[in-house]
Amino acid sequence: MTATPDKALPDARGRFGDFGGKYVPETLMPALSELEAEFERARDDDAFHAEFDALLRDYVGRPTPITAVPRLAERFAGTNAPAVYLKREDLAHTGAHKINAALGQALLAKRMGKPRIVAETGAGQHGVATATVCALLGLECVVYMGAEDVRRQALNVFRMKLLGAEVITVESGSRTLKDAINEAIRDWVTNVHTTHYLLGSVVGPHPYPLMVREFQAVIGVEAREQILEAAGRLPSIAVACVGGGSNAMGLFHPFIDDDVRLIGVEAAGEGMDGLHAAPLAAGRPGVLHGSRSYLLQDEGGQVLEAHSISAGLDYPGVGPEHSWLKESGRAEYVTVTDAEALEGFQALCETEGIIPALESSHAIVHLAKLLPELKSDDLVLLNLSGRGDKDMETVAEALDVTL
Amino acid sequence: MTSPQNDRVHEMFERTRAEGRLALIPFVPGGWPERDATVEIVQTAVAAGADAFEIGMPFSDPLADGVTNQRAYQQSLENGFSVADLFSAVRELRRRDVRVPLLVMGYFNPLLAYGLGKFVQDAVSAGVDGLIPVDLPPEEAVELEPAARAAGLHVMYLLAPTSTDERIGVVAEHGSGFIYCVSVAGVTGARAAVSDQLPAFLQRVRAQTELPLAVGFGISAREHVEEVGRHADAAVIGGAFVETIANASREQRPGAVRAFVEEMSGRGT
Repeated sequence: MTATPDKALPDARGRFGDFGGKYVPETLMPALSELEAEFERARDDDAFHAEFDALLRDYVGRPTPITAVPRLAERFAGTNAPAVYLKREDLAHTGAHKINAALGQALLAKRMGKPRIVAETGAGQHGVATATVCALLGLECVVYMGAEDVRRQALNVFRMKLLGAEVITVESGSRTLKDAINEAIRDWVTNVHTTHYLLGSVVGPHPYPLMVREFQAVIGVEAREQILEAAGRLPSIAVACVGGGSNAMGLFHPFIDDDVRLIGVEAAGEGMDGLHAAPLAAGRPGVLHGSRSYLLQDEGGQVLEAHSISAGLDYPGVGPEHSWLKESGRAEYVTVTDAEALEGFQALCETEGIIPALESSHAIVHLAKLLPELKSDDLVLLNLSGRGDKDMETVAEALDVTL
Repeated sequence: MTSPQNDRVHEMFERTRAEGRLALIPFVPGGWPERDATVEIVQTAVAAGADAFEIGMPFSDPLADGVTNQRAYQQSLENGFSVADLFSAVRELRRRDVRVPLLVMGYFNPLLAYGLGKFVQDAVSAGVDGLIPVDLPPEEAVELEPAARAAGLHVMYLLAPTSTDERIGVVAEHGSGFIYCVSVAGVTGARAAVSDQLPAFLQRVRAQTELPLAVGFGISAREHVEEVGRHADAAVIGGAFVETIANASREQRPGAVRAFVEEMSGRGT
């Protein structure tokens, strides 16, 4: 470890070291200040926590369990494999961790008196989670989704519509998550008086990376208690996939001050020589969507197209706190290709009877490299960020199966 | 530090104020419609009466722009237009004795990738007078602003109708040349009318600054210019100008540019 990151980051300017900040058009600056103030008030308000916690319990189904997966561990590292536990965010309502931050932000929007929500979505999980909480709380919901993702995730599009959301197909740019965020921000700029932008990851301008992390930290807080109870000690390693990085920050944050190795798994797509979605591995710092962070970009600062088989990881940027954790050395970041992710997907299905999201499958398959290097008394905690029902068509296509 | 004696922006407002009119500032993305189109468009517009010109620095993710400018930026990038090409165009315009203020509007990442110090130096040496950073509020310009100021490059920050008096104070303290007032909460692009809330917004800005005020976003007809002229010192015309150019062939373009600028300035027939 080359530096000790401060758990109290970001600073008052929304910075994690050199990363983060508020690089937005002036129109949005007052809305960010308003959001920041409301978030800080809510953070100190017992009534807000009581409402949030009750909904997490009674509506989302928290705490989600942790599950030991010995047959998976054995598949990757034989009978002397260390113990591995999965944090089961796939069992949260709507099937992924996204609901945690969607619920927190929707409650904030109500406190701010904003009746309309806009959101972006890649895999559709955040869009579904947002549409769900809007239905629950009686908020108008508009979800922007890249045309390429609408095609890949038709089932989630239908789910959002059933939940009462308007889904707007984005045809600009690379027609994926990055462009959906651009459109959501354009909508927000135009309707900022009535609208809250419910951002789905630890990206964007301050206070989003902080706020989304805080709402997602319930993952790590629960898992920490659960693994202490199940195994009698802290994990030696925590692993999660990283697109924007919200499930990873949710898992990592409560362990920042502990002696726990943190490993984030980025999407190597076709491979690091081809199209990928691994800015921490192969990008350099730049500014996109309101914050300074690692970014896939060309020499002239134009943002490059990302690629991953998993729509939720298909993003050229990453949350600023991950850039800081990489630079400070507190976390390690590795990459996994589309093909490897599919192997992880199948391995978990076959050994444990759990169908993981393709996003989470990246973290799963990294165990194949990681576990053989560990000692048998290591203890691994992996965030299974979502379930794979939404990915059936993509997986069938990749495996040359006609449904 | 720019002194009023060699400050083209200051000189422009001295002249337009003396003439009792507002300054007309057309906008077009650099390197569009063709990579080499910019010099001719700017020169023609200035000859037709444009008081200054704002050239857009293309970016892959222009999140404050409407669809017209998005498409133009995308085309410009496909044309292979770079920041260096933009500076070359400005240098050529100065060589052709274009003396009006030439401003660069753009997003921060291409500037960051070029290198802040190098960008400021190359901009000034090419003959750029000011930079309008769309996604860079003063709080994030702590490195850029002193470098620009030292080199005599204006940084024109933006304000919006959503801006609180506190935000207006921050921009008034840091801005130079003029303050770019966004006419509505929204993205760039032509609109049917000027917001009726504009006068009150501009009044709030006036209360805190002596800097000239330019109004942009959605200014797309002569009547809009006249309306803006009652409250501000300059009007920036982007989307409607970009559409005019998009709808003309390259042969028709000089005529279309001339007619547009003359109409907007009230000198048309």
